Amino acid sequence: MRWVQRLQMSMMALFHRQSEKARLQAELAFHLEQQIAENVAGGMAPEEARLAALRLFGNPTLLDEEARSSWSWNWIESLWRDLRYGVRTLARSPGFSVIAILVMALGIGASTSLFTIVRSVLLKPLPFREPDKLVMVYEHYRIGDTIHLYNPVAAADFYDWREKTHGFQEMAAWRWWAGAVTTNSGEMPEQITGATGSWNLFSVLGIEPALGRTFTPDEDRIGAPDVVILCWSFFQSRFSGDSSIVGKTVRIDSKPYTVVGVLPKFFTYPDSEVKVWIPYATAFAPDELVQPDHHQSHVVARLKENVPAAAAIQEVSALQHRIHMANLTKSVAEEAVIRPVIEDVVQGVKTSLFVLMASVGCMLLIACLNVSNLLVARGAARRREVAIRGALGGSRLKLIREQITESFLISMAGGLLGILLSFFATRWLATHWQDLPRADAIQMDGTILVFSAVIVFLSALVAGLVPAISSTGKQLLSALQESARSLGGGVSRAGLRKTLLAAEVTLTVILLISAGLLFKSFMHLHSLDLGCTTDRVLTMRYGLPDIQYDKAEKIVAFHEALLEKVRNLPGVVAAGLVSTAPGAGYESSRAFTIPEHPSQEPLHLDAMTRKADPGYFNAIQIPLLEGRVFTTQDRLDRSNYVVISKLMADQRFPGESPLGKHIKIEWDHKTETMEIIGVVGDTIHVIGDPIKPMVYFPLLSGATTETTLVTVVVRAAQDPLALVMPVQKQISSLDPQIAVRVLTMQQIIGRATASRSFSASLVLAFAVLSLMLAAVGLYGVLSYLVQQRVSEIGIRMALGAQRGEILRLILLDGMRPVLFGLALGLFGGAVAGTLIKSILYGTRPLDPIVFAGMIGSLLVTATVAGALPALRACRIEPVQALRTE
Amino acid sequence: MGKPSDLVQGTLDLLILKTLSLEPKHGWAIAKRIEQISNEVLQVQQGSLYPALHRLEQQGWIRAKWAESETGRQAKFYSLTAAGRSRLEKEKESWKRLSNAIDLVIDTV
Repeated sequence: MRWVQRLQMSMMALFHRQSEKARLQAELAFHLEQQIAENVAGGMAPEEARLAALRLFGNPTLLDEEARSSWSWNWIESLWRDLRYGVRTLARSPGFSVIAILVMALGIGASTSLFTIVRSVLLKPLPFREPDKLVMVYEHYRIGDTIHLYNPVAAADFYDWREKTHGFQEMAAWRWWAGAVTTNSGEMPEQITGATGSWNLFSVLGIEPALGRTFTPDEDRIGAPDVVILCWSFFQSRFSGDSSIVGKTVRIDSKPYTVVGVLPKFFTYPDSEVKVWIPYATAFAPDELVQPDHHQSHVVARLKENVPAAAAIQEVSALQHRIHMANLTKSVAEEAVIRPVIEDVVQGVKTSLFVLMASVGCMLLIACLNVSNLLVARGAARRREVAIRGALGGSRLKLIREQITESFLISMAGGLLGILLSFFATRWLATHWQDLPRADAIQMDGTILVFSAVIVFLSALVAGLVPAISSTGKQLLSALQESARSLGGGVSRAGLRKTLLAAEVTLTVILLISAGLLFKSFMHLHSLDLGCTTDRVLTMRYGLPDIQYDKAEKIVAFHEALLEKVRNLPGVVAAGLVSTAPGAGYESSRAFTIPEHPSQEPLHLDAMTRKADPGYFNAIQIPLLEGRVFTTQDRLDRSNYVVISKLMADQRFPGESPLGKHIKIEWDHKTETMEIIGVVGDTIHVIGDPIKPMVYFPLLSGATTETTLVTVVVRAAQDPLALVMPVQKQISSLDPQIAVRVLTMQQIIGRATASRSFSASLVLAFAVLSLMLAAVGLYGVLSYLVQQRVSEIGIRMALGAQRGEILRLILLDGMRPVLFGLALGLFGGAVAGTLIKSILYGTRPLDPIVFAGMIGSLLVTATVAGALPALRACRIEPVQALRTE
Repeated sequence: MGKPSDLVQGTLDLLILKTLSLEPKHGWAIAKRIEQISNEVLQVQQGSLYPALHRLEQQGWIRAKWAESETGRQAKFYSLTAAGRSRLEKEKESWKRLSNAIDLVIDTV
């Protein structure tokens, strides 16, 4: 029955609070009357009796409050009161409130957005069955640069691993692939990216098709009838989601493929560019399947329940070593390594994301410190009020709570605004961040909201606790005395503010330095010399379908006819053909030997391969350094000549002319001996990767497996994009089935650097914002100091201090915490620079230009922010200053 | 060190419950009664009495009713509830245990 009464009581306390209050008053009044009556009975005069009773009774308001504090729901009452006070004090200084809320909104919004992305991209498991059991298996060279740490796997190795080792439950392989899709006649052909997958790939990943089925083992062999699986996005965009497509044929590179299935929408592995899948083995030439040095595939393996990953990979590694020993003349890795699939997917953005997350965190901290700083200033202004309330019996806890309520209100408002902001910011980031893997998985959910709530709470605590404790902690009497004489007052308060300011400056400097380093890397990359001209150059990539173009003569005829037509177009300065334009990718690399240098170890002699026509070098202006380039005479079977790059000449033929020497290298699936006829300048294959030695083969050889996928490079007199349509017309006039992919050289560079420019710009934006916040902080501290020291300055002036001295005094006072923060920040920046070393390019972590520039910009900003209050100080009129006292 | 009349924390509840176990009383009478019985040793301050009464009431150990006092004025009379009665027994027991324990320590050491 007790709970009934308790419920009744709490209902009374909640709903009849006013009448309950009146009853409490009556009860206490009754007590007082009894006391008076007793005193009178004891012989006191009525007035005396009343006073004595009151003395005994103590503070009636306090008693009233204490009795009431035992009621339930009391916390609502006090919370409501605190909120009301908070809102009222904030509303009294709207400028401060708006700035504080905006600062918080920015910090909280940015953190929420970044956390959303980090969580979706890095932390969420991949949409596969038991994704933590999946690993990628790579070849690994013991000697070699970092690029070969995770080397793609040769198909032959994959088959050996799968057959002869038993540590993994199952192994599957996939490889990038491209083709031109045409559906029905009359439609524009479309150049697409695809992938080839072994028949068991989807079952290893645990993916069920949305429609139809996946591959059968019988379809995954050379010579099997061609089948294709469509990815959801392509199924929607090209076939408008018509499920009757399953069982029908589509034409890819003029070959008919039967559609056997459609993959579910969430499946965007290895990235969302992939539109179709075909069986793994069918895209290889027969000899490629047995050679252990065609490193092109990616291997996915599922771990067995009871076999640790280390044991499984050890077995594969041992086998790989045997393969290596059996193929000593070829480039075959010595061992195999694994890494989790998720690592593999996010490796390109992981560091960038963490850097962004850290800088957002820094910015949020700076925002909190700034609000904290502003609150300390207000706390100082309200010191007397707080002291008086303390003297009248306000408990310290209550006063602290009130101040924290204020910072909570700011954080809450900022947080709500911030979450709204981050909702849009996250969308914007997800769509504008090129090369961000799993961008389609990015979404806000409950966890994110909880995260934001925690951030709001922590921010409120960080911003509110320091000022609240400091402004209520002093002995009341000294506070009252101090505020009576403002001379030299608030020194300790100023000390606290200076500490906060120094912390702000430290964080800002770290951010500035990181941003500077990233930005310099980006600028370095963007202005990188590719080794050729990039100005007004158009590249258009096309592939000739193998079925129709099965003879060297046909291939060469098409290429030459196209070049002839393109060169005659108005506005074209020069045109040439190459397999892969500079900066546009890796293509392939092959091992070679030099018959004239039999002693050189063959294993690590490999070179990037390119095929070029005679006009290419002139068209894109790669300088000829020695000998000659190809001529139109070097064609078909009279084409055993190669041109090599300068780096290759320097590395392999030091101190001699390579002209007339030979290399033995694989060409058109045969090992051929080629004569070196010329040396040209180096070009960069992937922006950000080191230059590698390069061999150019004659494109006009027409080798059927080598020369069908090419890029026509056009140097234009004016805007290169104006030539897209004319060139495309020429291509389709020769063969309407051929699809092209168009990029200017500037676009190639832009794409390669987009991701870096994106993160560099974001970090820079955060750093600039932090710098502004720090400037606001400094301005606030100095203004406060000047205000505190008005009378002191007045006295100094009255005693003969010059205005210049006052200016220096104030400025130095403000600069001391800035310099202290700067010193700490430089140290932190050096540490941060070392941490982000892996994403820097051509920039050292201790880059003197970046450091000098950032120190300079900080000092200039600080001086400007400090000069205003300092100038105000030296304009103080001594007489007036002393009179206001 | 507090004044001699300070009550050991938590014992005021016990004293109030005990005082109310005979008949309903108002606050003033409770304080007076405790003072009388203890030969003026225990002085109950209003500052602790009323918060304690309200707390006990909130918890359902005692119940309040407005009635006419001896002087003819309306006063708030507190009485023990059934739950309060068993509570009193428990409090009494634990107090005895505590004071016995303290006696033991004081007498032996």
